[in-house]
Amino acid sequence: MEEKVICAGFGGQGVMSLGRLMSYTGMHVGKEVSWLPSYGPEMRGGTANCHVIISDTLIGSPIISHDATAVIALNYPSMVKFEHELIEGGYMFYNSSLIEQAPERSGIKSIGVAANEIASEVGDLRVANMVMLGAYLAACKPYSLEDVVAALRKVFGPGKEKFIPLNEAALKRGMEVVESAAVGK
Amino acid sequence: MEKVLMKGNEALCAAAIRGGCRYFFGYPITPQNEIPEYMSRELPKAGGVFLQAESEVAAINMVYGAAGAGGRVMTSSSSPGIALKQEGISYICGAELPCVIVNISRGGPGLGGIQPSQADYFQSTRGGGNGDYRLLVLAPANIQEAVDLMTEAFDIADYYRMPVMILGDGMIGQMMEPVVFKTPAARELPEKEWATTGTGGARTPNIINSLRLDPAELEKLNLHLQEKYERVRANEVRYEMHQTDEAELVFVAYGTSARIVKNAVAVMRRQGVKAGLIRPISLWPFPERAFDELPGSVRALMSVELSQGQMIDDVKISARGRWPVGFYGRSGGMIFTQQEIVEAGEKMLREVSHVSGV
Amino acid sequence: MSVVFEKTKGLTDKEFHYCPGCTHGIIHRLVGEVLEEMDLLDDAIGVAPVGCAVLAYDYFNCDMHEAAHGRAPAVATGVKRVLPEKTVFAYQGDGDLASIGTAEIVHAAHRGEMITVIFVNNAIYGMTGGQMAPTTMIGQKTTTSPFGRNAEQTGSPIRIAEMLATIDGAGFIERVSVHNPVHIRKTKKAIRTAFECQQNRKGFSMVEVLSTCPTNWGMSPIASLGWLAENMIPYYPLGNFRNPDKEA
Repeated sequence: MEEKVICAGFGGQGVMSLGRLMSYTGMHVGKEVSWLPSYGPEMRGGTANCHVIISDTLIGSPIISHDATAVIALNYPSMVKFEHELIEGGYMFYNSSLIEQAPERSGIKSIGVAANEIASEVGDLRVANMVMLGAYLAACKPYSLEDVVAALRKVFGPGKEKFIPLNEAALKRGMEVVESAAVGK
Repeated sequence: MEKVLMKGNEALCAAAIRGGCRYFFGYPITPQNEIPEYMSRELPKAGGVFLQAESEVAAINMVYGAAGAGGRVMTSSSSPGIALKQEGISYICGAELPCVIVNISRGGPGLGGIQPSQADYFQSTRGGGNGDYRLLVLAPANIQEAVDLMTEAFDIADYYRMPVMILGDGMIGQMMEPVVFKTPAARELPEKEWATTGTGGARTPNIINSLRLDPAELEKLNLHLQEKYERVRANEVRYEMHQTDEAELVFVAYGTSARIVKNAVAVMRRQGVKAGLIRPISLWPFPERAFDELPGSVRALMSVELSQGQMIDDVKISARGRWPVGFYGRSGGMIFTQQEIVEAGEKMLREVSHVSGV
Repeated sequence: MSVVFEKTKGLTDKEFHYCPGCTHGIIHRLVGEVLEEMDLLDDAIGVAPVGCAVLAYDYFNCDMHEAAHGRAPAVATGVKRVLPEKTVFAYQGDGDLASIGTAEIVHAAHRGEMITVIFVNNAIYGMTGGQMAPTTMIGQKTTTSPFGRNAEQTGSPIRIAEMLATIDGAGFIERVSVHNPVHIRKTKKAIRTAFECQQNRKGFSMVEVLSTCPTNWGMSPIASLGWLAENMIPYYPLGNFRNPDKEA
């Protein structure tokens, strides 16, 4: 198994912490992981992205280059920028709250997730990134929801444990988007 | 030990403190700012001192003072900042002081850019400042290796009384990978009897100095340094041979580049092309002997660098005319893809076949 | 037979290389005497500059560093941060401190670095052969101001003591001169107070010592002393500019 995922969005949408959580969870379930961020002035309010690799074997290059298995795009510029990094049959998870049109590219699996609306319904717009992660989990299954929650528990520590239910709810709602679509097919 | 997920720059700091670093002098520059930030938080907890200097020039001269006083000291910077430090580095080498210098390099020349680059190979391995001196330059390719080398770097520096440079780039500095902190085999280190800690009335004064106005004395110092560098050459060469068995084409790449090349080698091997990699870990001393281990199947070498070709000089020296040496590189912060390397490698193999009439 | 004068233990037996009539010798002796009298020699670490006093590491009878040009305050900072209980001093000339090393001296003062700097100002580069320094007087002829220093082209002489006295981290700043025995005694007192400032952790301390350069000024030693008094002191007023014990 080798997951190569690009997470991208505006600064402040939580794409970096999303990528870190994906790597962190991977590490805790015994996978090899790497997390490579974009850095520099583009980070100040512009588009941020990170490359996450989760693998059963040692990771060579941490750079994802035309071989992404999935892209998680929280805004339109990110979707346009990275859809061509996907392999044939790769997954594009796009935030349909902010992106009106589906990706143009054919040969990929596009999944729209109304992450902002769902996050607001769950109780906090800031967990939109967790909704996207839920969708990714359900479709790509790198590890389980329980694994992610266990990792979150470690990241948050006792002081922030009260945020676990909110994040877990967001993850579950994201998973439901994919699962209900699969049932509907 | 438990695995932890850490950013390269921060992992280097944690390893430095474990390696005994107690003094840090630095100046902000991207992409290494997490290093002084981490040190300002964590070094005081370890009983150490962090100081942000007024410039890179001042920082390296503080290192010179602290090292002379017997402290385990380091500084970090990125390419243009390392250029500013060359004066102090030369003095430190002349005065034979131990210290560790981290260069999280970026593209140049001049202000250049802030994305990953390997254009500091010359600056790192050819001295950089004035005079006949060398740095022991170690180039990790992943965070675990960065941590392992950094933990040992202070011992190596103390052992030889010379600076050790950890040469990374923006990618090594910024990325996160799981690491385990291990305790390296301890070296038997001599007492720092030369340090300026005050005579205590018990000995004649110690003098930390690189000035030798008498040419015969200066030559003597230089011959002594060269004798030391010979010992380093004999004992501190590090490299990795990756899939060189039966290889026809052997890439030579270090650090970040080597990771991408490893992917390219895997792709080529899957396509039936016998490619391999020599990965120098010590850039100085350069692993010349790795080339003597290559099998008879090798028909060509290719130096792959995030520069316009600097390490290739050492590859040619080490090849000693036995193989043609090709080059592929990108610079300015542009990073080649594995596919570019596969194509460059295959092109070179075709050209070699054509010339030899196969 | 009674001993009326003895060479200080603060200096080694190494013969000075300074030119005849140069006042570096006097200033070295004063620093050595103060270190000896304060019983600091065993605990002191000195930093020599680049310039005429480059070989000072051979003369002071304590642990010494030789620094790069202008960097002595940074080197002294490194030493002091490793050995905060020891006495650390730098000895610098005006090319070293007032030209190439302005950043290092300003920031050592700015940090309130607990070091003592002896700043020897003789209005010229001595070691390299009498070139113009930032401290060179208007109209003064040097090998790089052959027609006399011209303020329009090269600015006016820089007053370091006054400048550093504006910095909060500076505990003790005083300008003195060694052109006659009265002032030599005052210089010694200032050097002692500077080291006391360091001992009492009252901040950065610097003594600017007006000094001569008979060789590069092209004068006899005695004429040089007179030239100092007549030309330098009016522009570089003597006195204390900052004293931790005399705060308002």
